[in-house]
Amino acid sequence: MLERSMPTPVAANPLDALAASSRPVEAARLTALGPAARLAFRGREAAISPAGDAFGVALPREACRSHQAEGRFALWLGPDEWLLIVPGAEPAPIFAAIEAATAGMPRSLVDVSARSVGIEIAGAKAAFVLNQGCPLDLSLDAFPVGMCTRTVFHKAEIVLVRLAPDIFHIDVWRSFAPYVWELLEEGRRELA
Amino acid sequence: MLIIDCPWCGKRPEIEFRYGGEAHIARPADPSALTDQEWADFLYSRTNPKGLHAERWRHIHGCGRYFNAVRDTVSDFFVVTYKAGEARPDIGGDK
Ligand SMILES: [Zn+2]
Repeated sequence: MLERSMPTPVAANPLDALAASSRPVEAARLTALGPAARLAFRGREAAISPAGDAFGVALPREACRSHQAEGRFALWLGPDEWLLIVPGAEPAPIFAAIEAATAGMPRSLVDVSARSVGIEIAGAKAAFVLNQGCPLDLSLDAFPVGMCTRTVFHKAEIVLVRLAPDIFHIDVWRSFAPYVWELLEEGRRELA
Repeated sequence: MLIIDCPWCGKRPEIEFRYGGEAHIARPADPSALTDQEWADFLYSRTNPKGLHAERWRHIHGCGRYFNAVRDTVSDFFVVTYKAGEARPDIGGDK
């Protein structure tokens, strides 16, 4: 009998081919980020702090702010809604821990790891390139480090996080990712 | 572009929002007790004022929440926004 060990299937990143043929632009570097655990958490008051304790990062209560610790990110998306991201992690153990810590409380927890992909744009002109399609004021006063929000990039909805003055993380639904990537490429072409 | 002040997120561009119709229209508690005319009024009749209008908006490409706004239908100026569930601020216009 022929025995074969099957490799664990990994969902292909829709940006692989685009990223492989991307030209470097120092002022606005584009990176297609690898897989990440992503959990959508919504909950009433009682469930919020136990969920943060189980996740290891307190869920921010201030609008449009993110918290991070040890490679884990908790993003405020709405007054009862957070997106939890852990790059490179398996979602199942994180999911189980939060589910157990909030058992019996009014809340919802959904594993959305495969729903979206991450793009990082970094460099002195990162905000300039984002503003080709994003209508928000991305000056540091209006959009400080640590701020996060759903917004739009051209006609796609994205989640945008500012990790440093010149580093942004974009989380976008995977079918929209090539659209966003190619418009970012177009926006930075003049900088090459 | 209009700037709309989301009660949760603050000032944001109009393109992130969706209109949700007139605000403060409560669904009758017992629809079967209504006449056809009363039910039709609930479903279809709106004030459509020239001037201040309380209306629902949703910050769909932001926090996702519904909220209420008083907007001047002549100038398209947003006079005030407030969270869903709060009373309409007393600033005149049609009630
Ligand atoms: Zn909002």
